[in-house]
Amino acid sequence: MIMKINNLNYIYNPNTPFEKKALDNINLEINEGEFIGLIGHTGSGKSTLVQHLNGLIKPSSGAIIIDGVNITDKDVNLKEIRQKVGLVFQYPEHQLFEETIYKDIAFGPKNLGLSDDEVDKRVKESMELVGLDFEALKDRSPFELSGGQKRRVAIAGVIAMKPKILVLDEPTAGLDPHGRDEILGEIQKLYDKEGITIILVSHSMEDIAKLVQRILVMHRGKLEMDGKPREIFKKVDELENLGLGVPQITKFMKIFKEKGNHVNDDILTVHEAKEEILKFLRRKKDA
Amino acid sequence: MLKDITIGQYFPGDTIIHRLDPRIKIIIISLFIASLFFVNSFIPYIFIVAFILLTVKISGVPLKFILKGIKPLLFIILITFSINIFMTKGEVLYELGPLTVTKEGIYLATFMALRLIFLITGTSLLTLTTSPIALTDGIEKLLSPFKRIGLPAHELAMMMTIALRFIPTLLEETDKIMKAQMARGADFESGNILSRAKNLVPLLVPLFINAFRRADELATAMEARCYRGGDNRTRLNELKLKKLDIVSLISMTIFFGLIISTRYI
Repeated sequence: MIMKINNLNYIYNPNTPFEKKALDNINLEINEGEFIGLIGHTGSGKSTLVQHLNGLIKPSSGAIIIDGVNITDKDVNLKEIRQKVGLVFQYPEHQLFEETIYKDIAFGPKNLGLSDDEVDKRVKESMELVGLDFEALKDRSPFELSGGQKRRVAIAGVIAMKPKILVLDEPTAGLDPHGRDEILGEIQKLYDKEGITIILVSHSMEDIAKLVQRILVMHRGKLEMDGKPREIFKKVDELENLGLGVPQITKFMKIFKEKGNHVNDDILTVHEAKEEILKFLRRKKDA
Repeated sequence: MLKDITIGQYFPGDTIIHRLDPRIKIIIISLFIASLFFVNSFIPYIFIVAFILLTVKISGVPLKFILKGIKPLLFIILITFSINIFMTKGEVLYELGPLTVTKEGIYLATFMALRLIFLITGTSLLTLTTSPIALTDGIEKLLSPFKRIGLPAHELAMMMTIALRFIPTLLEETDKIMKAQMARGADFESGNILSRAKNLVPLLVPLFINAFRRADELATAMEARCYRGGDNRTRLNELKLKKLDIVSLISMTIFFGLIISTRYI
């Protein structure tokens, strides 16, 4: 087990008129190599939770144990924690600041105190992992790039620190469908290649359904559901009560079944749906 | 630390203070500031404190909230205090090496520190109880007589509103960028002054870029809605003086007039 969260609570602006409970008694265990989707409505506490994972926010109460270290201890080495847990914020391209793409990606590894050779190697590797051409781009300004490419640079900047756990907060927000698919594809590739633990934060079920092995659903600071995508998506009504939907194709198959057609509604992707409907049509023809 | 900055924030409410005409409020606060600089003894301060406390009480803004606004400026207050306490000549009370503490120094230092605290609390009361829109309307109306001599009253007022409006946004953004860079191992808290200043680059560059981007977007959005300044512009809510406004203006003018006059007794 790489991460364990015990009775985590967080209160914003305690003892003021603006007091707000952002996290309400979260208990969670995450195993090494899991690919997890964290879903919730705006204001459900997802972003607050992920900022706890590398010690950017100190909890009001509770413990977070990462790789055997309780990161809420006073004398904990935060730099080490932040190397282990890489966090990519929402709109990460807004934090680019260096003159060249190379320097910006090297910022994290340099802060870790690595040698120049190692930094160089890591910049190359991480640019490759996110699909950026090292030779063509390394000396260009990050501000000349398109939105999607800027975001890749920012993600590479975190990957270059070689985290054991990579947390991505809405990595596809504000991208067009094409850019979204590309970024998600690269995250999938990264997972397949490096085998690290990934937590993908999103409010889009469509994005998550295809990628992750386990889904966590948050609502008003509470962890409401935790399970495999197929199990979670069976609870359509509950999800809709939380202001979340299931992937459209899953919903379509459910309604199709309710209309009296004997199909399996345990479907996550359009491809699966196609197979299932073809099977159903063949059965119907044969009968 | 960033959360403590309350300057320019509006604390919504529906009290007499909130409803007071913004022009009157601005005049009263100007009188308040003027009288602070005229006062030269401690006794009138009692009335100033009474004025502040009474206003806070009526406005319903928690006292804690206002005191929190002083915190970020504590450094300046402390510097003023120590310069005054050590640099004033007079009857020597203590000697610490080259530094001497004089009776006059203590008096002056306390006096100056209090003046600064009153200044901050008084002016933040204005922004806390007046919405930015009302505040601009007030400034614009007060400055409009000077339009004839070429003062761009409307533009000035608009610039001020925009600046006030963006203080919380920029603070939020600073917080976010700081966290993002800390996640990449940046360190904003240790080192000497020089390395600390250097470490601020990853924070300041994105902050400035985002501020310019925002300004550009705002300008485009305003132009898209055909914004063209103050000429012939009409308002949804015209400012109209009510009886309460006149009464408060007269009574406060007398009150601060008396405080100012203590200097000449």
